[in-house]
Amino acid sequence: MSNSLWTDALHRLKKNKLALLGASFLILELMIFFLIPVLARLGYEAQDLELTFAAPSPVHWFGTDSLGRDLFSRVIFGGRISLTVGLLASLVSALVGVVYGSLSGFLGGKIDNSMMRIVDVLYALPFIFLVIILMVYFGRNFILLFVALGLTQWLTMARIVRGQVLSLRHKEFIEAANSLGLRQRDIVLKHLIPNTLGPVIVYLTLTVPSVILEEAFLSYLGLGIQAPLASWGTLIKEGVDVMDLAPWTLFFPAFFLSATLFSLNFLGDGLRDALDPKGARD
Amino acid sequence: MNPLLSIQDYKAHFYTRRGIVKAVNGITYDVHPGQTLAIVGESGSGKSVSQLSYLGLLPSPPLKITGGQVLFEGNDLLKMGEDQLRKIRGDKISMIFQEPMTSLNPYLKIGSQMIEPLVIHRKKSKKEAWKLATQALERVGLSRPDQAMESYPHEFSGGMRQRVMIAMALTTEPKLLIADEPTTALDVTVQAQILELLKSIQKENEMAMILITHDLGVVAGAADEVVVMYAGRVFETGSVDDIFYRSQHPYTRALLRSTPRLDQLEKELPVIPGSPPDLIAVTEGCPFYDRCSYQKEICKAEFPRESSSGANHKRFCHVEKIS
Repeated sequence: MSNSLWTDALHRLKKNKLALLGASFLILELMIFFLIPVLARLGYEAQDLELTFAAPSPVHWFGTDSLGRDLFSRVIFGGRISLTVGLLASLVSALVGVVYGSLSGFLGGKIDNSMMRIVDVLYALPFIFLVIILMVYFGRNFILLFVALGLTQWLTMARIVRGQVLSLRHKEFIEAANSLGLRQRDIVLKHLIPNTLGPVIVYLTLTVPSVILEEAFLSYLGLGIQAPLASWGTLIKEGVDVMDLAPWTLFFPAFFLSATLFSLNFLGDGLRDALDPKGARD
Repeated sequence: MNPLLSIQDYKAHFYTRRGIVKAVNGITYDVHPGQTLAIVGESGSGKSVSQLSYLGLLPSPPLKITGGQVLFEGNDLLKMGEDQLRKIRGDKISMIFQEPMTSLNPYLKIGSQMIEPLVIHRKKSKKEAWKLATQALERVGLSRPDQAMESYPHEFSGGMRQRVMIAMALTTEPKLLIADEPTTALDVTVQAQILELLKSIQKENEMAMILITHDLGVVAGAADEVVVMYAGRVFETGSVDDIFYRSQHPYTRALLRSTPRLDQLEKELPVIPGSPPDLIAVTEGCPFYDRCSYQKEICKAEFPRESSSGANHKRFCHVEKIS
């Protein structure tokens, strides 16, 4: 009963073909990447210098790269990293952003003001600068990558949620909830946050690709994933360099990245519609 | 009979950058169990603020309660902390608001909202609360309460939503129901139904009701006692008949005269000249002074004391006799 919003949303989501397609593609991907590492039987770092830039073949399904490494294995291992970074960092940023933003908007007044000025200051810091400082201080670290990416992404989320909460705070149903004697905590959790979910989910689906791309950028600068590990970002970058010689080194990682982003967008769009109770019912 | 709610010389002011807005400026009246008290007044006369403020429903600051007592069952609500007040709100004192269209959370099913007061105040299990809430919906005349519990607010019309709000306010069987213009946003036929419903429920539960309205028609039809408010002051209190037929206050008279009547349609409707005073600039005098056709020198200097012209009929005016 209490999570009827979600059960109903799921029901509506099932009607949305594109969203379902996106969801199934993502689930399939996650399953392949995490449950069946056996598939990447050749290993992402095994080199075969006699077989560099081999075209796709029954042995190397996606061909090989400049060091003769199996591209299929690299795409799968890269996908693990890219998706983990993308999803985790986005979820962390959403969580922090929603909590921070809704508190700021709900408490209002001076607290809101100082909370938002902190966001402004963090916004003003160049992101790369922040990451470099973190990396230099704590050394290169996979976890740190999440932290750094999450730290920069929650800011916009916090602003969006705060704006929503501010406009909702004086709605009559919040007043009514107050007059019913609900605790402030319940009002925020039960009445305010569900009403901000639409924009939050849309923004979340926009965050995932931008985090994946930022990770690629950091890796390019040597601050992210280090060889021989690879992410889709680094694979695409390598692929671009040898595009004329071995187009498949660009095609496969780029295809997976785009397909994933498409699926996320479809799913996000579908979720937003599904979470709106005003959407068609049955 | 002991009053259920006794408001004594209650003052609530807003401290704004422009100055102090004296929204409620020393009001006194009682509400008795089982009775309906209507508070009438123009927009901005302090009707709503006079109720919302002592329940802790207005942001403070800017609101500051500067004096008086509000005794509910003998306890001063103004001395209670936020936690104590919260336990009374929605339990012994319930509210219905003006805007049924926006008073329900669009993201939650009617049912999940209906059970909230029962779960919070009566510590009912969700299942039990659900059953009780369904019965409450049936009592307010919704035809398929089971289905209604599973619906979302947007699937209902304004009148139905107001019924839901009423049902929700009544689930805890409150001692006092504060209805803030409950029918203003509804069309006339639905208005009549809602008022009828409120009256019948009141009779069943021996519940007191405070009806805030600017519609004298509603007052005539639903109230036992009337309080006439103007610019944060009470001008006159009395029974419905006292106010409608034996009013001894220039403002009440003017208000009644400016109400359209079906039997006098050909006449031009008289209006009260001028407009209500700026509540920041109110003086110690009578706030109606500028617009009053009986004005005297003393009215400007001090607000009149209470004078009674009947058992329960009290008025605040310097003018002895008005024609």
